[in-house]
Amino acid sequence: MLTIKNLHASVDGAEILKGIDLEIKAGEVHAIMGPNGSGKSTLARVLAGQEDYEVSQGQILFEGLTGERNLLEMDPEERAREGVFMAFQYPVEIPGVSNTYFLKAALNAVRKHRGLPELDAMEFLTLVRQKMKLVQMEETLLHRPVNEGFSGGEKKRNEIFHMSVLEPRFAVLDETDSGLDIDALRIVADGVNSLRQADRSFLLITHYQRLLNYIVPDFVHVLVDGRIVRSGGKELALELEEKGYAWLEVAQEQAVQPVTA
Amino acid sequence: MPTMTDTAIETLERAGTAAWLADFERFQRELPSSEPAAVRALRRMAIERFAALGFPTLQQEHWRLFNAAPIARGSFVRPAGEPTAFDLTEIAPLTFEAAARLVFVDGRFAPRLSQLGELPAGTIVTSLAEALERAPEKLEPWLGQLAGTDHPFVALNTAFLRDGAFVWAPRGAVVGTVHLLFLSSGTESQATVSFPRNLIVAGENSQLSVVESYAGAGHYFTCPVTELVAGPAAVVDHYKVQRESRDAFHVATFQVQAERASAPSSHSISIGGGLVRNDVNAVLAGEGIDCILNGLYLVEGRQLVDNHMRVEHARPHCASHELYKGILDGKGRAVFDGLIYVHPGAQKTDAKQSNRNLLLSRDALASSNPRLEIFADDVRCTHGSTVGQLDDDAVFYLRSRGIGEEAARSLLTYAFASDIVERIKVEPVRRDLEEFLFARLPQGEVVRQAV
Repeated sequence: MLTIKNLHASVDGAEILKGIDLEIKAGEVHAIMGPNGSGKSTLARVLAGQEDYEVSQGQILFEGLTGERNLLEMDPEERAREGVFMAFQYPVEIPGVSNTYFLKAALNAVRKHRGLPELDAMEFLTLVRQKMKLVQMEETLLHRPVNEGFSGGEKKRNEIFHMSVLEPRFAVLDETDSGLDIDALRIVADGVNSLRQADRSFLLITHYQRLLNYIVPDFVHVLVDGRIVRSGGKELALELEEKGYAWLEVAQEQAVQPVTA
Repeated sequence: MPTMTDTAIETLERAGTAAWLADFERFQRELPSSEPAAVRALRRMAIERFAALGFPTLQQEHWRLFNAAPIARGSFVRPAGEPTAFDLTEIAPLTFEAAARLVFVDGRFAPRLSQLGELPAGTIVTSLAEALERAPEKLEPWLGQLAGTDHPFVALNTAFLRDGAFVWAPRGAVVGTVHLLFLSSGTESQATVSFPRNLIVAGENSQLSVVESYAGAGHYFTCPVTELVAGPAAVVDHYKVQRESRDAFHVATFQVQAERASAPSSHSISIGGGLVRNDVNAVLAGEGIDCILNGLYLVEGRQLVDNHMRVEHARPHCASHELYKGILDGKGRAVFDGLIYVHPGAQKTDAKQSNRNLLLSRDALASSNPRLEIFADDVRCTHGSTVGQLDDDAVFYLRSRGIGEEAARSLLTYAFASDIVERIKVEPVRRDLEEFLFARLPQGEVVRQAV
């Protein structure tokens, strides 16, 4: 589904990602963990296509609707239409644009690209009502401006709600657990779990192991200083929780020493 | 090429003023001999005031960013005879179902384009010329008394006042919406000028909406003055939609006098014209007044819109809320200058003033100058202004959901204007403005589908 090869990215001249390799197959859930400043969110934004980052090397091959393509050659909107979705760590408030209308514009742009007929207001509302239940969204949040005045939990639920409506092939969840209490986390996780299917893959980006109790990943990768320093199964997350990131940072230094010496 | 000296410019400007004074002498001879003495005296006083003031210059504080020279130096004709420039089919897109509609062509009332529906007993909606002829005593307490003559263009308007609308809502009347439509036309070699003068008096407990629309074709100068009295507990909504030709000058003053417990609102929409100045002044002269002053302006090309506001809290326990928003593209320029003046003793004043500008191009320029002058100690007054571009994070957020970049920008631009649009309670006016925005925005169709 998604193959990242030797990805290097920098912002304002500072290299953040220093050669990432990652393969995510259809239906898999991968988690990327790492300390603050390790490059987790940069990876998410590069995948979604934010232009503040300069990619100096590497490829991101994605099996979208129209076959395998390098994501890096596509605009953010084209990535979305091909089936990439990013749930933002800090969803943007957009006063003046109602949540429903925004989502309708987005869905119809996506459907048009996929060769599907645009939905009329009634069909759209039926779909939306059904999806809202997934994340226990209140109807009032539909009619309010996008994310405006939403609580932290409501914003994150709204992201998952958008994802459920847009039905991506590959979704990146950037720190979706941050700022959520345990009840909200459970609701969000249930929403994500209900969207897991054989032809949809996920990349969870998180600082804490807690999220992975609710959304159980197939693979866990640890990102330190722009590189994946260790990969493993879900038990790696527990090990990290116990030993902390310092354990890996020390291991990494030892590993690179012979090269620099 | 030799540059002009300040003295040379001054001489030119004085020559400009002199031409207007000479025209006033001609104008006076055209006036009916039956004109009330009080009006005659008002004119005389106003022209003398104008002669003393002259046209404003960039050295004057209130005109720093508005260059009136093209008006001062311009030559304009005052059209005479029956107005025949427009017919009903032509104006149809500019009209809507209203309780009454008065249409003016080049400043003169056009009865054949106007329509008076059923109005509550005692309500008067008529042309100012007719009101001056038939019942001058009804106008005299207010006409010229609210707007004064300290503003050079108000002085000019007062000197040349001839026609416009007179709207009178008696005590307790619920009038609905009165539409005043001002149309102008002119050519480069023969630019026209008009001085619409409107007086709106809303009696105690009355309810009234007035929509003033300005539109036209070609080269001309519109210089309107509207005086509004909101009587005790009256609810008056005033809408001004300025959609003049790109070659037109428009310099307008709207003067509000609010009495006890009234709720006047002003919505100033400026989406046309070449060189535009709007002065909105409100005097809150009784207790318990709730005054709303909203505005939206769009400029592109080389348009300039200058909004000057002055809200005077003269009595305690009044609220005034101002929100002006501007969208600037091309080499468009916009000026906002707003003053909240709280008189001594106007305690418990709640005044809020906000001006927000969205720049869509590098060459657009917005100047914002919100000001407070407070002479009471128990008040809550806030002001703020912003000048900025579309938020990149918001654009990215929309794009990451599959919305194209241009569509995202159009959607966010519309969203910026939407809170002013939504506050327009007269549906056809709101719909027209929405349509205008859809047409103006590069991806307006996407926006139309989305909102």
